[in-house]
This record gives sequence, structure tokens and C-alpha cells, in this order.
Amino acid sequence: MNQPTMQSKPDGPQSAANSGFRGWTPLSSRLNPFLPPLFITLILLVGNLSFGILESYSKTVLAIVTAMAAEMVLGRIFLRKWPHPASAYITGISVGILLRSPAFWPYALCSLLSITSKYALRVRNRHIWNPSNFGICVMLFLAPMSVASLSIQWGNNFASLVVIWVLGSVIVYRARRLHVTLTYVVCFVGLSFLRAHITGDPWQAEISPITGPMYQLFIFFMITDPKTTVRSRLGQSIVVAAIAVLEFIFRLNSSIYAPLYALFWIGPAAMLIEMGLDSRQAAKTAGAQSPDRKILGV
Amino acid sequence: MKRVSTARILVTVFFIGLLSVPLIVRYRSTQTKGSQSGGPDALAHYGFSLQEVSHAAGIDFVHQAPSLDTKLNGIMPEVASMGASVSIVDFDRDGWPDIYVTNSAIGSRNRLYRNNHDGTFTDVAEQMGIADVNQPGTGVSMGAVWGDYDNDGYEDLFLIKWGRPELFHNDQGRGFTRVTEQAGLPAWINANAALWFDYDGDGKLDLFVGGYYPEDVDLWHLRNTRMMPESFEYANNGGRKYLFHNLGNGHFEEVSAKAGIVSRRWTLAAAAADLDGTGYPDLFVANDYGVSELYVNDHGHFHEAGKAVGVGFAPKSGMNVSFGDIFDQGKFSVYVSNISEEGVLIQGNNLWVPRSGSALKYDNLARDLGVELGGWSFGAQFGDLNNDGNLDLYLVNGFVSLDRQRSYWYDFAKVAGGNSSIIGDAANWPAFDGRSLSGYQQKRLWLNDGAGRFIDVAQTVGANDRYDGRSVALADLWNTGALDVVVANQRGPLLVYKNTVAQGNDWIEFALEGTKSNRSAIGAQIMLYWDGKEQLQQVSGGSGFASQNDRRIHFGLGKNPQIEKAVIRWPSGAVQTLDNLAPNRLYPVKEPE
Repeated sequence: MNQPTMQSKPDGPQSAANSGFRGWTPLSSRLNPFLPPLFITLILLVGNLSFGILESYSKTVLAIVTAMAAEMVLGRIFLRKWPHPASAYITGISVGILLRSPAFWPYALCSLLSITSKYALRVRNRHIWNPSNFGICVMLFLAPMSVASLSIQWGNNFASLVVIWVLGSVIVYRARRLHVTLTYVVCFVGLSFLRAHITGDPWQAEISPITGPMYQLFIFFMITDPKTTVRSRLGQSIVVAAIAVLEFIFRLNSSIYAPLYALFWIGPAAMLIEMGLDSRQAAKTAGAQSPDRKILGV
Repeated sequence: MKRVSTARILVTVFFIGLLSVPLIVRYRSTQTKGSQSGGPDALAHYGFSLQEVSHAAGIDFVHQAPSLDTKLNGIMPEVASMGASVSIVDFDRDGWPDIYVTNSAIGSRNRLYRNNHDGTFTDVAEQMGIADVNQPGTGVSMGAVWGDYDNDGYEDLFLIKWGRPELFHNDQGRGFTRVTEQAGLPAWINANAALWFDYDGDGKLDLFVGGYYPEDVDLWHLRNTRMMPESFEYANNGGRKYLFHNLGNGHFEEVSAKAGIVSRRWTLAAAAADLDGTGYPDLFVANDYGVSELYVNDHGHFHEAGKAVGVGFAPKSGMNVSFGDIFDQGKFSVYVSNISEEGVLIQGNNLWVPRSGSALKYDNLARDLGVELGGWSFGAQFGDLNNDGNLDLYLVNGFVSLDRQRSYWYDFAKVAGGNSSIIGDAANWPAFDGRSLSGYQQKRLWLNDGAGRFIDVAQTVGANDRYDGRSVALADLWNTGALDVVVANQRGPLLVYKNTVAQGNDWIEFALEGTKSNRSAIGAQIMLYWDGKEQLQQVSGGSGFASQNDRRIHFGLGKNPQIEKAVIRWPSGAVQTLDNLAPNRLYPVKEPE
């Protein structure tokens, strides 16, 4: 069967959102599919009301509507049911916040690329790229004359930073993903000092990116996405540490979008490795259950 | 299963189609640029060509950048990146435009190039007493605007500085007298924007000054390094604004708060025009690290209406304000320049076009009209360079041109995205180390095709320098009926582009003089009606970035024009209609008593 399945993983911010629509659940539930969308909406509203972070509401709405519409259509075709809209909502809103362009078309295109990648780029019935990370990186690769990502934009205010970090930590804690975020932050900070030592730049300059808005979305939403990370807690920590290390290397080479690009490469690689290990494990299990195969040495 | 397999094929094709969209967009965008061939075809294709003639014209000025407190040495190229400016003035009333340019190193001299009427200029700043204005302890020049504040018929000079602002009285074209103290100006302002306008319609020119760094910062003697903006999009810790009301006795009273102008955004450019038809000039302010502001003038009292009219929502890096009636519809559009660097930061320049209807509302049509991407843009001016009856747009750009192979953008973005406590301290910024930041950029000369599209022809017509452009001013320097272009470059030469217009397109010019209105006629608007078209222009007291065009107003008319009339609306409110106008003439017009 070639049909993709939207596997549900109950322990991540987007997991329930990615599952089929199963109706309302209590707010206190870890599985509440609306919590991550609510949180990212809160970030959007706090940012926009206090700083006007959005170039216009219409572009963000375009990104969200496009992502949700694409998800509905493609989900209906491939899943034969209406998918839960929360995942696409998060993708759309991430595109709306992270992508910056004076034009409208990049928002629609990025959302379409993000959602379509989930259905077009699959390995063993799983999509291996974080959708919005994929869409934004592709836009940065292919349309640098038209888009940038949220890097020097957005308010640099301390209060909003604290609010978002506290709320984000609570959400990822409830989603059992706090170790992912903390591992990344510890690695980033440690490597920042190493970078400062290597480059001779002030350590504050190296720490600076993580105090900015792009990282708030990156560490609370992208790297914690359960659909595109490995299963074990240790594996998740190793993967996110690897992302930090690759980002470190990119930064030494003056790559402005180092974290996005690092996730772009490490995320799928980790997924493929996990699939390979799963296959070997499955083969071993099958072999253990089949004495004939042992005898044959297959 | 078959249905899904087919769907997968279709979605894969669709996905590949999506991936090709940016490439198609890029290809289409290259089609909107003019031919890159350059040379002799420019006249034939576009109706004009530019030739850089500064040396032949006797102009050999090279701008010197300021050297600030040594605590800023690491990022000196970034913080000392402004100061080159040019303004046009006929200071001696001989009917030929002269050129004033600023210099910005301590001890450096500004220049006043007197027009010799023969294609050459002579620097007379020293003998006129307005050269040695960058002395130690007084700061350095950032720009100059000219206006006849005492209505004696001669344009006076207001010099903005990072330092002590200066007012010089023009002594009938024979010299200048420093009157700063008598005028009551502050001891120190770190400003890059200033303009003359008569905000209350009393017939006397007032003065607006927009601060950049806070006025208590002496950039040569820093108390500490916490003098950078607190945010790169929402900074409110810049210099204050000043509105100096002309009391008519050589003295000015600072009335900004009383008049409703209170802001500490980092202002880089400002210009004034009556945008809502009340007869009072409104004030458009472009701010670095934040949103633009529009101060609507309600009979001498201002209220900030940027958000209400649509121009004050998206924070960018405003560096220019210029007005132009680009659709020949009797209304000014506003061009604000910002930063665009491929793959890093795409703010896009703004072209604020007024909506039809009575309410003041603007839409940004820069992308639609093709004037959005101009690199790290600074000064821009509208003017009809080929006399075809449509206003074109000249834009200069380029921030820091040092090592071509190494860019500072990564370090810039790294720090600029962080928390205010990191950004705001210059000590936290990595050293520039000789790198460029959006350097060596191609200038833009967008030709208005009259059908809603601008095409960049800069490289073709001869505007092909790669200096770090700051300020641009337009004037018919040689009284030929063609607008010439003067460009001031940071740490670069002053460029004079002489304009040759192909035969056939006609023109008309007006030199206005106020009587009841301020004598410079700053704020006077002329609506010219010809061939079923109408175009609005005004006498400006400063526009663009740190620049001022010639006070004479130039209209291109196209071929064989039939001029119906010109209607002048003077700042006093008087309306004067001129009939029986002939093309290819300069009309001196005095306001009826």
C-alpha cells in the first residue's frame, strides 16, 4: 500500500494536532490538540499587539488559509478523511511569522510547499522534514531575491522574551519535550562561548541570536515536532545536539539561517537512520522468530 | 490503491511545479530591467543619457567620513556611515543653480560651488564663510537646507550636524553671517534630517529638525558605548524632534511638543507637503529602526496619523522621503527607501500611493510599479529626466563598500536580532574588520513609462557608479531644460551627471517668489495642465535624504505639447492661474500682492 498514514504520537506539541480529528479534549489533557495552536497564536498576538510584528494580517492569514486548504485537500485524497486542521494551522502561522516578504505570493507558495512536502517527500510512509522548516529553507534557497526569514526583525524587548520563554517551556514540558528544548539551549550556549573563543567576537554577540524571536519559534515548535524527530528521549537529545553542532559549523561559515539549515539536514538524516535501525531490528526479530532463516544465515 | 498512486504522481508533479515558481518569478523580474548594453542607444531608447562631468566642471570634492570616539573603532564604518549631502541653491540670485556639499571629518571643509554659467563651477565656500564648519568640539556636517527665513530675497543656510547646528544668514550673495546664537538654536543635536516649511502659514519659514542619536550623546566623547538603538525595528531611544517657529525677528522658538510633534524615533529623512488639501503642509518623517510617521497639519497643530493612513504600520529602515505625482493625477505619492539584501533582509522600499477619495489613505505599490528593490537604499528624487511628461525616480544606494569578498551581514544579523540589552551596546558588536555591508551596489534610475510601470535604466543611460550613495539632488544646472543629477557619496566623490535629452520632448520651468507667502515660495504648489494631463509639483524646503532640489520647478511635456494653464496655489492660500504658456521657457512668477 502506498497510502500515507498520519501516525499519531501522543507526546509532542504537534502530535495530537497531526492525528485525525477526534473532537474536543479537556484543556488539561496532554493530548489537547488545541494547546500548541493556541500558544503559537498567543505568540503572534502578543508580538503583533506589542510590536506589530506582522507586515500585515492579510499575509499571515493567506499563509494559514493556504496551509489549511492544502492539508484538507491532500489529506482527503491520501487519508480518505478530513485531517485535523491544527497541524496545518501551526505550519501556516509559522510561515506567516518566520517568512518576511513585501509580496503576497511567497506566503502562499511557502505554505503550499510546506504542506505538499508532507505528501510528496515520504520514506516508508513517513514525511521526514518538518514542514515549515522545509518550506522556509526552500524559499530561502530558491527565492532569496524575494524573501528573508525573521532574523533582525521583531521587537527586542526583554519582557516579551520572558513571557514567551515561560509559556513555551510550560507547553513543551506538558508535551514531554522539555528535554529537547533544554538540550538544544545548553548546547547552543556552550558552543556560543566556543565560537566566541574561536572568532574573537564578544560572547554577547554569539549568545545574541537565542535571545531573538526566530529562536523562540525554532526551539519551541520546530525541533520539538514529534512527527519529524526520532522516538527515544536519548535519541531526541542526540539529534538536537547534532543540530546545534551543525549550526555551530554553519555559523563559523557565516550562515545567517544556520539553525534552519541545520535542522533541514539533520532532521531527515536522523529519521532515515532511525528507519534503518528499525528495519534491522525488525529483521532481527523476524530472524529470531524464524529458525529457518537463522539456519540459512539471512 | 490505483487512486492513491495516481494522486501521488499528481502531487509529485504539483510539488515540482511549486519548486519552479521562484525560478519563474526571478526570470520575469529580470525582464523588467532595461537593456544592460549601455552606450549610444540610451538616447534613442529612453530619450536621454547621463554623463558624469564633475572633473570637467571643476568639481573635485571627495567626502570624508567622521571618525568618532575610539570606543567605536570596531564598528566605525557602520556608525560613521552618513554625512555626505548635497543641496541646490541659487545663493547669489544670478539665475544659475549652485551646489552646496557637506564634509564630515573634523577639520574638513564644506564646499559651495558657484555656477560659472559656462559649464564649470568654482568653490567659493571659503570666501563666503561657510566652509570651515567642522571644527573640533562642534561636531561635523550631516546636511544642509536653504530657505529665506527673513524674506530678504536671499536663501539662508541651515546646517545640520552631529553636533552644533548652525544658521547662516545670506548677506545678499556676498557672504554669510553666522547667526546661530541669535536664532536661539540648541547647543547640540545629532540630526540627519531638516527642512524649511511654513507650518502655520504666517509667511515666515519655520524649521523642522529630526534627531537621530539622542542629543545628549557626544559621539566624540562617549560616556559609555550604550548609544545604539534598543531595537532594529521598534527603537524609541533616538534623538528628539524640533520644530523651530520663526518669530520674525531672527529668533526661533522651539514648539514641537506644543505643536504635537513628540517622538524619539531615529529619524533619517523628512519632507513636507500639503497632502490633504487643507492649505497647511503636512510632515512625513522616515525613521530608521521603526515605522514612518505622518504628522497631519491641522491649522498649525499636528497629529500623528501614520497608522491611520496606512504608512505607519510595518517597521523598516526609513531613509528617504520624496514626493512625486507619478500618475499625473494631481496627487503626491511618497517614496520611502529601506533595505533589501538578497537572502538576508527584504524590507523593500515603499511607494505610498494615495487612494482615490477624500480620506487620506495610502497603499504601498512599490512592488506593483517595480520600484521596490533598490539594495541598501538611501536618497531618492522624482524628476522627469527625459521630458516625456512622466516623473522618473533616481535612487542611490550602498552602505559600506570595503572588502568586496567579505561581508559583515552575518555578524550584523546575528546581533541585530537579539535582545535590546545586547544590541544597544556598541561593545557587543563584532568588529567590522574591513568587511563590506551591502557595498558596491548598482544605482537605480527607474523610468516611468506612464502606464504604471517603472523600468530601471541606470546602467544603460550612464548612471553606473558603485559608490556608497547617500544624497541626490536634481537641478537644471546649465539652464538647458534638462534635469541634471548631483550625487553625494559617503567617502566618495561628488558626482555630477549632465543630462542630455533627445530632441523632441519639450519642457517648461517656473521660478516662484512669494510676497505674502514666504519669499522662497517653499510649499507653493503648481498644477500644470497640458494635453489632457495634469501634474502637481511643489517648491520644496528639503526632501530625499539630506538633500534639497533646486527651488525652480521643472516639467517635462513630451512632444508638441498644448499647454492649457498652470495653477499656482501659494502657501498664503492665494491661487494664481497662468495662461498662454509656451514650452521650453523658464517663467519667473511673483505672487500677486
